[in-house]
Amino acid sequence: MMIDTVLWSRLVTGLTLSFHVIFATIGVAIPLMIAIAELVGIRKKDHHYTLMAKRWTRGFIISVAVGVVTGTAISLQLALVWPNFMQLAGNVIALPLFMEVFAFFFEAIFLGIYLYTWDRFRNPYLHWLLTIPIVLGASMSAFFITTVNGFMNQPAGFSLVNGQFTAVYPLQAMFNEATPSKVFHVLTSAYMTGAALLAAIAAFSILRKGATDYTKKALKLMMSVLLVFSFLTALAGDTAAKFLAEHQPEKLAAAEWHFETEKGADLIFFGWLNAEREIIGALHIPKALSFLAFSDFNAEVTGLNEFPANEQPPLWIHYLFDFMASIGFILLAISAIFFVFLLWRKRNEYNRWLLRSIVLGAPLAFLAVELGWFYAEVGRQPWIIRGYMRVEEAATTSPSIMPLFFLFLLLYIVLGTLCIIVLRRLFRNNPAEVELEKIAATHAAKVKEEGELQS
Amino acid sequence: MSYEIIGISVLWIFLYGYLIVASIDFGAGFFAFYARATGKDHLINRLISRYLSPVWEITNVFFVFFFIGLIGFFPSAAHYYGSSLLVPGSIAIVLIAIRGSFYAFENYGSKKNIVFLFLYGATGLLIPASLSVALVLSEGGFIMENNGVVTLEYMKLLTSPLAWSIVALAITSVLFISASFLTFYADRADDQPALKLLRGYALFWSTPTIIAAFTAFLYLSQYNARHFQNMMNLWWLLGLSVVFFLIVLWLLYKERRYGWAFMSVMLQFGCAFFAYGIGHYPYILDPYITVQGSATGEAMGIALIAAFIGGLLLLIPSLALVFRLFLFDADYVKGKR
Repeated sequence: MMIDTVLWSRLVTGLTLSFHVIFATIGVAIPLMIAIAELVGIRKKDHHYTLMAKRWTRGFIISVAVGVVTGTAISLQLALVWPNFMQLAGNVIALPLFMEVFAFFFEAIFLGIYLYTWDRFRNPYLHWLLTIPIVLGASMSAFFITTVNGFMNQPAGFSLVNGQFTAVYPLQAMFNEATPSKVFHVLTSAYMTGAALLAAIAAFSILRKGATDYTKKALKLMMSVLLVFSFLTALAGDTAAKFLAEHQPEKLAAAEWHFETEKGADLIFFGWLNAEREIIGALHIPKALSFLAFSDFNAEVTGLNEFPANEQPPLWIHYLFDFMASIGFILLAISAIFFVFLLWRKRNEYNRWLLRSIVLGAPLAFLAVELGWFYAEVGRQPWIIRGYMRVEEAATTSPSIMPLFFLFLLLYIVLGTLCIIVLRRLFRNNPAEVELEKIAATHAAKVKEEGELQS
Repeated sequence: MSYEIIGISVLWIFLYGYLIVASIDFGAGFFAFYARATGKDHLINRLISRYLSPVWEITNVFFVFFFIGLIGFFPSAAHYYGSSLLVPGSIAIVLIAIRGSFYAFENYGSKKNIVFLFLYGATGLLIPASLSVALVLSEGGFIMENNGVVTLEYMKLLTSPLAWSIVALAITSVLFISASFLTFYADRADDQPALKLLRGYALFWSTPTIIAAFTAFLYLSQYNARHFQNMMNLWWLLGLSVVFFLIVLWLLYKERRYGWAFMSVMLQFGCAFFAYGIGHYPYILDPYITVQGSATGEAMGIALIAAFIGGLLLLIPSLALVFRLFLFDADYVKGKR
């Protein structure tokens, strides 16, 4: 019975977080893209980019709503589903949680202002300035909440006396050793995913209705953002792996199926395990794991057998890691090929196959975000606070958790479906070209009116 | 003053802030639906959505803020309230999720969907009802702890007249606060038909609100004599609340100074709310959680207060900007921008 409620608790939290992370990623990334598009529009005096910013904002606000309500859900669930965790850890992680709410508050205020002041300022830069607190607020809330997750992975800033955290240093807990690499990876991968999403929408529109100036500009802008951030994400992933090798070797060893401690360890790519834990059908890259972990082909990498069996994470996280890393490199390759074609005149960057792979890139990027989080979280098992509190000590004991899982599943299915329907309706009946004509018409009318006034 | 007293005062002030902004929001949802159902939506729905659209997210943050602050300052609250409120809390999450997202779907996405509007209006009354249950629980006697396992006594809660009177008070107050704010907003917008309708709502809901308040007070005296006695010692604060209520009625009846009328509503609820809160001291959950006994460590307490002051320095100018742009800008309110 105990085990059952623990598993249901994990499933409820996993479900909410998996759903929330889609909208959270959009929430962190899209404001930056909107800010870039609006700024380019102002600087180039090109109303295509301004319209881009407006249309993205309109779609964004729908997804923000779902992000806000699922974020509220997870913040409440922390205490409802994991009451003993919050009672213990609340003494150490309250500060970043509190500051996360401030960041969210800040973003919420300016998002409201931004949405309703498109035509209220004479100087266009004033309206653009409003995007800065939105981008900052979104990224700061990602930062603060990631420090909490960093703490759960790499606890710091307290001493444990009689099962209570005492002598707490809130800032040390926030800036634990896991924080820098995690924040770097979370932010870059979120921006990468946002760019992949908007590039995919532009590519999809070109495939369906042919290229227009508007879609070409949107695609080119987002592909350049994607190129930058897929490169930075790869760099961040490497930093994160090096952190794991040093501080959480069991997580890296489980992900890499690295059982014996050895020098010059191979990197194992995909494959499967037989009953005797022997690896079959995998691609071995000699000494690459040592290089990945310590930038040295002959460095010693700790194996999983060094850890007691009841503290080892499940071995299937190997696939999560491999898929996540592969997708990261695929996205980097797609954006690089796009720019090679763009610069190399003989090739057409609007090649249908390339466009199709850009479209495919968006769901892949979201999949990679999910896989990465699953890897980070399942790889921490059996701990909720690594080394201090096990998951089964933290969960609620109420058997009602089981029906609640289905209640939340139903809720997220409804919200997800409606969100897609509303977004489709918002854009399908109102293509960019129609809006551009409208803008041109009002502009022409204004010029004519001014001309008549002068004459 | 010790940091835990500052902590609980800050939280109580934020809960008061949530009470006001959320009541406006929840009540507006109900009135928007009610007006549609009675064919009067053309009068007020534009007015309501003009005010709510830029601020609905902010309202939501007030709640998360209070909640995270509570478990930050008093982590044991997570253990007791978290364990016992799993089911009612999850239902509240679902209601909040439906309400928030459907508001966005209706207002920024597909217009004129009566189902969305109905759910938006209905959840506007169910959420305050479900949240007020937490206040009932804090009086003690509904949460039991045996061998470290915390359970909620549902039968006792569902048959408690105190619980139902507090739920009734929550719902009537929401409608009264919201109607008086929207009356003020309609007046600023110089929208006579909306003003007439909303003033009627405000006058109508004033009576059930005051009846529910006295009923809840009466049941509290039977249920928790200590809390009741503490509140009686603050008789002057309760008296002030009644005086402000009479001022509201007078101003609404005389059809003038709606801004002052809404200020008086805020002061009316403020006096009663703080009398209730101060009377509750030192318990957060009678008898398990007290302010002193369950506060977080000093280092964290001080860090939280520092973060709070830093946060306010950021928030107050931003909120002032929102008010200037959307509440006190006559052209915006009138719909010219």
